[in-house]
Amino acid sequence: MTILIQQIINGLQLGFVYALIALGYTMVYGIVRLINFAHGDVFMVGAYFGFYAITRLALPFPLALLVAMAGCAVLGVTIERVAYKPLRRAPRIAALITAIGVSLFLEYFCSLRFVFGPDYRSFPRPFAVRNFDLGGVTVSNIQIMVFAVAIALLVLLQLFVQKTKTGMAMRAVSFDKDTARLMGIDVDLIISITFAVGSALAAAGGVLYGIAYPQINPFMGIMPGLKAFVAAVLGGIGIIPGAMIGALIMGLVEVLSAAFVSSTMRDAFAFGILILVLLVKPAGILGSSTQEKV
Amino acid sequence: MRLRAGWIALLCAAGLYLIVLITGRTGLLNPYWLQIFQFAGIMTVSGLGLNVIYGYTGQFSLGHAAFYGIGAYTAAFITKSAATGGWMLLPALLAGAVAAGLVAFLIGMPILRLRSDYLGIATLGFGIIVKVLFDNSDAVLPTLGGSRGMTGIPHFTSWTWVFLCVIGAVLLVRNFVYSSHGRACISVREDEIASEAIGINTTQYKTLGFVLGCSLAGLAGGLYAHLYTFLHPMNFDFLKSLDVLLIVVLGGLGSISGTVVAACAWTLLLEGLRVVLPTEILDWRLVIYPLLLIVVMLLRPKGLFGGNEFRFLKPEERR
Repeated sequence: MTILIQQIINGLQLGFVYALIALGYTMVYGIVRLINFAHGDVFMVGAYFGFYAITRLALPFPLALLVAMAGCAVLGVTIERVAYKPLRRAPRIAALITAIGVSLFLEYFCSLRFVFGPDYRSFPRPFAVRNFDLGGVTVSNIQIMVFAVAIALLVLLQLFVQKTKTGMAMRAVSFDKDTARLMGIDVDLIISITFAVGSALAAAGGVLYGIAYPQINPFMGIMPGLKAFVAAVLGGIGIIPGAMIGALIMGLVEVLSAAFVSSTMRDAFAFGILILVLLVKPAGILGSSTQEKV
Repeated sequence: MRLRAGWIALLCAAGLYLIVLITGRTGLLNPYWLQIFQFAGIMTVSGLGLNVIYGYTGQFSLGHAAFYGIGAYTAAFITKSAATGGWMLLPALLAGAVAAGLVAFLIGMPILRLRSDYLGIATLGFGIIVKVLFDNSDAVLPTLGGSRGMTGIPHFTSWTWVFLCVIGAVLLVRNFVYSSHGRACISVREDEIASEAIGINTTQYKTLGFVLGCSLAGLAGGLYAHLYTFLHPMNFDFLKSLDVLLIVVLGGLGSISGTVVAACAWTLLLEGLRVVLPTEILDWRLVIYPLLLIVVMLLRPKGLFGGNEFRFLKPEERR
């Protein structure tokens, strides 16, 4: 029983990191209907920004997190302006292919010697690791920090989207772009803000990932990015609480199947559940299926 | 007119075949480049398959490499266990194509009900599950090698085999697309509800397009296995599915000519950059390639051919 609880805690840790990436996917998809394949690589760049902020600039952890988030927000907006904006009226697949192009570019450009280099780097722990024993279940201060930062950011995001005027504009644009424009909303600006917020969250996820699983390399974003995207679909793409629920499910399934079934088969379980959920609820767990009008 | 264009195309194809064959035999073309040419052919066959699924039937698939892998492993398993002459390649290739088609049929029945991006995600998930199964395959069939990779596959694929398969695939896809079945598939792509209203069984045609496309991927996989004589689950992960998608979209969805040109250009470009770039900036090869990709997409959002064809691939217009 304690093993189960222990694994659930480990699963939640992974799930919260996925949640931070999944939110960017789901927000971008909700607004421009684009699977932003480069998002996982923004997560990677975020981890590296955090790495350099801690090692080179010797910043304390909260500042390093902010630096990484700000850096990636700029990166996200740049990607959107250069690679996606010119294709807004083109077939959707064209933007998807440029997204794949941006993703490959970020991976291989960052592997160049004078950028980040192709090697694995060990991520420094910004504070000493301490374990707390709660009746047989160990919780480390790193896990507590991951939970705290992730939950705080999620609450902030929810407040931003639900309570502020910009958040309202974002919801309006995702609902109907043309009507939003008629209501005087600067759609291009809102799309840029969405990319900035999503990329900043991914960067936070990257830094937390680096601290929790202390090894980073330029290709680290591929699998977490893919799983976070799947999590967003699982929860109902375009729905913010859905992305969180989906991400926690993905994290739990992955860790639990690795612990109790087979560690080499864990991806098969995670993606098997995805297919089953899609077959039962094609729009995801929180998604409402829309009836097509003739 | 069309007849003449057809003859010219046939002559060009035969000429290309002979040039590569002769230069390959005499050593003018080194074995490495001969292998690249064969690989370009294999990507063409696989790309044509995805074009049938996505370009003509409009079903978004991100799991093409899984079917490519199923074909590769099936064909390799047969030739490796049978241990006979090169003629075994033909039944092995066919078995690979049939196996991929069969799996496509079984998985397509439930998941083809999903639409657009959701179908893409489901096929992507399926692709990853298949890769994980390949990783663990040695637990059931030790011959398959699991995550250590499958070795000792006989080198049966030759330029002639690849060439015949490419020609066969082009003719098959062309004749399918312009048949009434192909027309039904295109109408499903254009509007599912309208096609249903005019009496087209959309489920049946979606499955037909999917199975045909995946069989071509399986055929390409069989050729691949007997070209490189080594298979590893990494060769069939989801990034490989993206490669095929890139080729099909770059060439132009719903264009056979586009897929053929894009598959050759893509393969030769990736290898060509290796030759053209000086050694000190060779690391830049995979940085330049995505930049080119982005630029091409920004300049030609509908792909190189944008749904058009070479004239000889189009049927004569009835007046």
